[in-house]
Amino acid sequence: MVELPDDRELVERLRAGDEAAFMALVDALQTSMLRIARMYVSSAAVAEEVVQDAWLGVLRGIDGFQGRSSLRTWIFRILVNTAKTRGVREGRSAPFASLAGDDLEAPSWDPAAFIDPGGSSVGAWSTLPVDWRGIPEDRLLAGETFAVIRGVLDSLPPLQSEVLRLRDALGWSSDEVRNALDLSETNQRVLLHRARARVRAALAAYFESGDTA
Amino acid sequence: MSVTDDIACREMVELMSDYLEGALAGDALGRFERHLAGCDGCERALDQLREAVRLTGMLRVADLRPSDRDRLLGLYRAWRAGG
Repeated sequence: MVELPDDRELVERLRAGDEAAFMALVDALQTSMLRIARMYVSSAAVAEEVVQDAWLGVLRGIDGFQGRSSLRTWIFRILVNTAKTRGVREGRSAPFASLAGDDLEAPSWDPAAFIDPGGSSVGAWSTLPVDWRGIPEDRLLAGETFAVIRGVLDSLPPLQSEVLRLRDALGWSSDEVRNALDLSETNQRVLLHRARARVRAALAAYFESGDTA
Repeated sequence: MSVTDDIACREMVELMSDYLEGALAGDALGRFERHLAGCDGCERALDQLREAVRLTGMLRVADLRPSDRDRLLGLYRAWRAGG
């Protein structure tokens, strides 16, 4: 991915009408923005309108941008507010539980991997995890590995998917993600924990099935 | 270290993402690290999670459709023209 200039420079260039700077920002953020908007409104078409409105809000507000948060966090806040407002107008409510998923308390490992209550060392491993350090790098980095991860991203509840993308695929900080998606610190951590656990489990099923040649 | 001070492996796996986040501190961090130092299973589990995070970080993010780019470029030009 192309690295964006730092916020100060980017903002100056946007204010000055630099199309390349604007398009670099669009390329970096637009697909995430569409997915996030889609959480709050009824259709992909409405989500596109919301994102367009959000960009307009960004451009209208850019002269007043103070740099108290990162530029992308500020943009996402405008987006989330725009999307929530639109969702309310559509009479559509998106309760946190439906976006976050109902599996937040579920165990991250198969409970069968641990010794049952009643045993002598409750909660210890009964089946040791496979040592992935024995897997060759070219197998780890095969195209199928990334197909497995994409499959998880597509099947996760929307907020888990988005937190995982922003944090681990795009490298945002936890504070940025928390602010951008309007999440508490705890919720951000729980969502990330669940999503990572699902990726690990899916990769385990893939790496540890069949031949590991 | 007393036996009751120890965390069960089953609970260790639920703390691993927080550990990687630097969100464990004080006693909780100490107990986590003491357990980890003496447990091959948890060491492997943590390595698996680290690997999952690393591989997710190597994912290529989908490109934008050209029609979307054009529409947004139009938006920017219109904003410029309108002041």
